Amino acid sequence: MYRSHVLVCGGTGCTSSGSQAIIDKLNFEIAKNGLDKEIQVVKTGCHGLCALGPIMIIYPEGTFYSRVTENDVEEIVSEHLVKGRVVNRLVYDETVENGEVKSIQDTDFYRHQHRIALRNCGVINPENIEEYIGTRGYEALGKVLTEMTPEQVIDTILASGLRGRGGAGFPTGRKWQMARNFVQDGGQKYVCCNADEGDPGAFMDRSVLEGDPHVVLEAMAIAGYAIGASQGYIYVRAEYPIAVKRLEIAINQAHEYGLLGKDIFGTGFDFDIGLRLGAGAFVCGEETALMTSIEGNRGEPRPRPPFPAVKGLFARPTILNNVETYANVPQIILNGAEWFASMGTEKSKGTKVFALGGKINNTGLVEIPMGTTLRTIIEEIGGGIPNGKKFKAAQTGGPSGGCISPENLDVPIDYDNLLAIGSMMGSGGLIVMDEDNCMVDIAKFFLQFTVDESCGKCTPCRIGTRRLLEMLDKVTKGQATMEDLDKIEKLCYYIKENSLCGLGQTAPNPVLSTLRYFRDEYIAHVVDKTCPAGVCKDLLRYEIEKEKCIGCGMCARNCPANAITKTDYIAPGKKLPAMAIDPDKCVKCGACMDNCKFKAISKK
Amino acid sequence: MAKNIAIPFKGTAEQEAELRKVIAEHKADKGALMPILQKAQGIYGYLPVEVQKIIATEMDISMEKIYGVVTFYSQFSLYPKGEYTISVCLGTACYVKGSGDIYNKISEVLGIGGGETTADGKFTLVDCRCIGACGLAPVMTINDDVYGRLTVGEIEGILAKYKD
Repeated sequence: MYRSHVLVCGGTGCTSSGSQAIIDKLNFEIAKNGLDKEIQVVKTGCHGLCALGPIMIIYPEGTFYSRVTENDVEEIVSEHLVKGRVVNRLVYDETVENGEVKSIQDTDFYRHQHRIALRNCGVINPENIEEYIGTRGYEALGKVLTEMTPEQVIDTILASGLRGRGGAGFPTGRKWQMARNFVQDGGQKYVCCNADEGDPGAFMDRSVLEGDPHVVLEAMAIAGYAIGASQGYIYVRAEYPIAVKRLEIAINQAHEYGLLGKDIFGTGFDFDIGLRLGAGAFVCGEETALMTSIEGNRGEPRPRPPFPAVKGLFARPTILNNVETYANVPQIILNGAEWFASMGTEKSKGTKVFALGGKINNTGLVEIPMGTTLRTIIEEIGGGIPNGKKFKAAQTGGPSGGCISPENLDVPIDYDNLLAIGSMMGSGGLIVMDEDNCMVDIAKFFLQFTVDESCGKCTPCRIGTRRLLEMLDKVTKGQATMEDLDKIEKLCYYIKENSLCGLGQTAPNPVLSTLRYFRDEYIAHVVDKTCPAGVCKDLLRYEIEKEKCIGCGMCARNCPANAITKTDYIAPGKKLPAMAIDPDKCVKCGACMDNCKFKAISKK
Repeated sequence: MAKNIAIPFKGTAEQEAELRKVIAEHKADKGALMPILQKAQGIYGYLPVEVQKIIATEMDISMEKIYGVVTFYSQFSLYPKGEYTISVCLGTACYVKGSGDIYNKISEVLGIGGGETTADGKFTLVDCRCIGACGLAPVMTINDDVYGRLTVGEIEGILAKYKD
């Protein structure tokens, strides 16, 4: 027994800011003080509050230290662990109220959250199967194999109302039922897991895989039992090395414990899982493309029907679910369908994990009940917009989604409401934008992404998106006309209606939704030839306000294009002549503005 | 098109033996081509035609199919990479926090565009879509080193560390 546990986040965010060095130093300092029999250091998955990483929590007292560095470790060990005195300067300030340290669960960031899919993330050591078993891990698989028929499992998932967390929201139970009912010849069926989280700005699935890999294995085995499959595949992005490593460890441990492989729990049920790494193609997140890729081909999608539940991987009946969807399954089996269905809205049950990013104070991962409003997420959980800037839009659904404007901040978030306001749930990336972001530029950014990632198989997507990008480019350069805006809209609908797979069918969404809510901004680019947010370089003009300029010449020295020269004018009270920018030479890099200490340079 | 330095294929006998071993181990697996290509790139650092030919012969798959797969996925490279690969995240969270400016700055300092390698074989510049460290945006990686919360002003100093 240890008297104290020190949890250090080993997720990608915290690892990137140096948490491994902190763990090494901790172990060294603890051993140096002779405490290694009393105190255990646990490397956990993500706690969600990535903005404050690296994060360290010390139990049993639950002290939450944020932005810890290697140099702080000695003090934490000698003060906190040896003498029992909290190191106040490192405590997350939200947890301090009137001089008292309160529980992390009472902070705005965690208070609104309800963690089901993320329940073990940041709590257990993901590289140790016994810690997972200690939190009722593999109990659901045992219950399913020994007490339930496959039909009962499917009925439970159906009754829970669980819908696919990858974005489209298809009822999970219905998918399983289709694959179960398709008894063709008693041959192989497959259970696949989509861990190809390609949506930029989304990292929910990665955190589950890094923080609680066994939950995915357990759920896939349950799915295998339900549909009658003995083989599973996890298709995971190669860009997630930590997740891949932890999955490998988890699969090996599950084998050792007899929880994967032959005759699981002595029930005669066989199930095994193979890992397949992606190679950097966004389209492979589409289900048919993903399966084609596992087969060892170019990851191109194919028309549906036939649906994968009938003819999927290696032309056999297959189900494919997303990581977060699987992470809910064991909890539904253990706590019952009614428990799960009691959370959320009428048609969207349970919780959803969002990756909060962009212009928001608490960037990180949050799991909230369906039906929470965007206002709660941004203002309370997210802690608002940095630097006192104004909220402009939130983007959900990545390159397939759209923007949510300020007037829709109070809409309860669920699958159907988001579709109604022109966005979509998507896999859960939620990027916040402020007044400094140009919405035309954002639409162009997403379209550039789709153009790069279009697989090229069908013409509407391959050529249509490229033409659309060219037209948007004209808008951002101030060369477009109002007729071009109509053409853009028309082409958007054409691409949506005629593309083969979800990538093309949703590619115009960022354009359509920004046109719908921020049309004024497009018109400003087209008619007034200005970019209100000051982002589109071709429409920008840097100017020196001669009354404020003291003539120090810092701007001219930093100008890469030699575009700044002295004028004849000396402002009242100043000693040297003011500087001026030659607009024909200016490359609009902004170096002058960054280097002016007197705020004499503005962009318009 | 990206400029790439033409380097003659310099595969060693050891590398080839390792590749043949990998192929023998995986050949019987279903959908073995992708894992084999990934391991082959691990051995050689890239996938030149010479390596593709060995795989084609050993697995009895046409060159056309292998070339098709290699060119489809962005992680497979037909050309050798520089000693340091600089990967700037252009995912949404990083982009709205200005990673585009970071990317342009590096491109300007090194004089190369995306996917290109400097003439001395030192740096390759690529963009990537989200490494998942959005809390640290904007982010770039240089081989295994991660740099977060970047500003344009820091770039030259960071690159200088790798120059000698």
